Amino acid sequence: MKVILKVWRQNNAESQGAFETYPVENVSGDMSFFEMMDMLNDQLVLAGKTPIAFDHDCREGICGTCGLFINGRAHGKIRGITTCQLHMRSFEDGETIVVEPWRAKAFPVIKDLIVERTSFDRIMEAGGYVSVKTGGTPDANAIPIAKRNAEEAMDAASCIGCAACVATCKNSSAMLFVAAKVSQLALLPQGQPERVERALNMIAAMDEEGFGNCTNTGACEIECPKEISISHIGRLNREFLKASLKG
Amino acid sequence: MLNNKIPLGPLAEKWTNHKFSSKLVNPSNKRKYDIIIVGTGLAGASAAASLAELGYNVQAFSYHESPRRAHSIAAQGGINAAKNYPNDSDSIYRLFYDTIKGGDYRSREANVYRLAEVSNNIIDQCVAQGIPFAREYGGLLDNRSFGGAQVSRTFYARGQTGQQLLLGAYSALVRQMNTGQVKFHSRHEMLDLVLIDGEAKGIVTRNLITGEIQSHAANAVVLATGGYGNAFFLSTNAMASNATAAWRAHKKGAFFANPCITQIHPTCIPVASSHQSKLTLMSESLRNDGRVWVPKKKGDKRHPSEISEDERDYYLERLYPSFGNLVPRDVASRRAKEMCDMGHGVGETGLAVFLDFEDAIERMGKDVVVQKYGNLFDMYKQITGEDPYEIPMRIYPAVHYTMGGLWVDYNLMSTIPGLYILGEANFSDHGANRLGASALMQGLADGYFILPYTIGDYLSGKLGEKASVDNDAFSKTETDVKNRIENLLSINGNRTVDDIHKELGLILWENVGMARNKSGLEKAIESIPKLKDEFWKNVKVTGTADELNPELEKAGRVADFLELGELMARDALNREESCGGHFREEHQTEENEAKRNDEEFSYVAAWEHKGDDLTAKLHKEELVFENVELTTRSYK
Repeated sequence: MKVILKVWRQNNAESQGAFETYPVENVSGDMSFFEMMDMLNDQLVLAGKTPIAFDHDCREGICGTCGLFINGRAHGKIRGITTCQLHMRSFEDGETIVVEPWRAKAFPVIKDLIVERTSFDRIMEAGGYVSVKTGGTPDANAIPIAKRNAEEAMDAASCIGCAACVATCKNSSAMLFVAAKVSQLALLPQGQPERVERALNMIAAMDEEGFGNCTNTGACEIECPKEISISHIGRLNREFLKASLKG
Repeated sequence: MLNNKIPLGPLAEKWTNHKFSSKLVNPSNKRKYDIIIVGTGLAGASAAASLAELGYNVQAFSYHESPRRAHSIAAQGGINAAKNYPNDSDSIYRLFYDTIKGGDYRSREANVYRLAEVSNNIIDQCVAQGIPFAREYGGLLDNRSFGGAQVSRTFYARGQTGQQLLLGAYSALVRQMNTGQVKFHSRHEMLDLVLIDGEAKGIVTRNLITGEIQSHAANAVVLATGGYGNAFFLSTNAMASNATAAWRAHKKGAFFANPCITQIHPTCIPVASSHQSKLTLMSESLRNDGRVWVPKKKGDKRHPSEISEDERDYYLERLYPSFGNLVPRDVASRRAKEMCDMGHGVGETGLAVFLDFEDAIERMGKDVVVQKYGNLFDMYKQITGEDPYEIPMRIYPAVHYTMGGLWVDYNLMSTIPGLYILGEANFSDHGANRLGASALMQGLADGYFILPYTIGDYLSGKLGEKASVDNDAFSKTETDVKNRIENLLSINGNRTVDDIHKELGLILWENVGMARNKSGLEKAIESIPKLKDEFWKNVKVTGTADELNPELEKAGRVADFLELGELMARDALNREESCGGHFREEHQTEENEAKRNDEEFSYVAAWEHKGDDLTAKLHKEELVFENVELTTRSYK
């Protein structure tokens, strides 16, 4: 099959970007979206042109490195997958595919389709952990945890930090990302001692990075490749409110 | 001579005694030391956090944007520990024994015992960090069983154990980044190691966004940079996983141990076309219920549903009646290849066997199968477009893990003083075959509980030494790095980096893959250097040195794989025996099983780099077995 790619090209953070069009021939349905891009890049290299820069690594949907806006959808139109898990059989022969980077104030474009998401690390630095040092911890079974709490914490903990939630949110809000961590630790006994500070500090860091607020449109939960529920945002709001009253 | 620094005394007391006799750095002096850690996956992140907690100044480097992107994150199954929570007679000694036997008796007793000893601390640590491991209804931790063991000792977090453990180590790391005790350099790739008077004193990196070449000095350097499975081009590794840091260190004097010993995982989704960029693992757990078969008739291309029961060969069940589909990874892989080589392979390429769940669905009902394996079935369908509830999965082995790596002593120090190697990047604990759920255990053992105890012994002798880049060794290394980059950019030939990498991968897969023989290995030793010449004459790398340039990054890595690939073949040729993941066709029993040669090859092959145009020199570290008896593995 053949597809026509309209791809965002941008030299670096300072330069102005623009769409460029690339027809791609001999695409097979079994190729992943990135394998199609690899093929196009090989052709560009041999023609002496600059290949399209895009972020990717594990190519099995877990590292969270990849993330493209494809035809207006974060990670493409299929639910519950990352861009690297998208295959060309999901497109029509002759289709025009528009490919853009994540767009958010807190994620400057570094080049073409690659953005800088270190703002997520800084939010994590503000409190996305339990303050335990290596060693001196109690026996693992000394901390019993109800299975349903452990399971719900795991639902939240499965966040891969890809930022599709931010990219798809009209407010560029990072609430689902922050909620996933706050909720995970709020559900577990290990998270209790720092519960108040965590909610306050992570929210403050989020605001400082320039992410927007949540207006409950629910788009993030639809585009999240790990299908993390916005009920965690509900818990984050409760945690924040309680913490604000205490703090 | 290689001194492995294994402490004297009874096996169970070695580590305790060693910790006591190792020199310490007092708390107020720790802040006077700088430590560089390259790689922030499980081993690197856990080490960086633990050393920073102790008070050392840590500089951590990753080519990723964030430590959370490391490929440790992709580990599915679980992590072993000798907790004996299920009351099924597990113990530190049993975990030690299973690991050393599973490694086909090519690892050190003392290292493996220590690994088993600290395994329990790892689970305690991870739970305290808030890692949501699977639990039973009573609220206590659940365990499951894994290959190579008769007890249930694997802790897990759904099919995402690696992700949860990495995020745990990452959380400890960001806590230290927040205090400033760790300075994290994202998107920085180590391109060379700097030695001063023969000791590791720093690294030279390239900032992947700006292209800037920078020197960084420290009192010790730690590499936790993962394995080299991507030498094969196609593997279950992430796209950027590479051997450059390890190989640069090797060329500066660190011996490379057992490079030929690689693990080929039996259950991966087969290659679909020449455009394939990576291979995806289907968890080993599938073999608990799936049945492996091929058509008895060669070249039978009928739809599997048209092939009747008596026309199928369930070859693992036929060859290994007691273990059946649950034989260890190396055996399952080799047998699949053998069936395909004989013409029984299925699918368009003929390079696949069926993994069939029809009986499992009939026995347990579809609902139970969905519950147990639903996410894996979905992943398979997403990639292949076929529904495994309706048609058997097609699977084929793929390169997964490298047991070989840089040689380290008991302190995890390489042959370069001050250079430590952790995790998959070292060779130390898995011998010739790694058991499932042991990679996560080793990475975290090295980072949380071993290096923090051993590094002080070296550093204590360096008190008062100030780390500084103000030395000719740094400027000279920077010049070397820049020249190499300029070289790569100036060739302007006719072949892409990937094209040459694929050719290398094919040579390695054909000759240094699941089954090796003398003539194939000699062919590889002849053809890889030719391909290396071709690379340096005819590769085409576009762009410039001072910008984000993924083609340039790949080119540097492939240049190193080309050299490492040759060493892998040399090591495989030297090892005239079959053991674990290393199968030499000349050395097999009448029943086509691996035949070890303990008389002559019970040693670690540690290779010393002698120069670009010279053959590496072999050093042998004899393996001494005082506690276990060497037996032949049998799974009949």
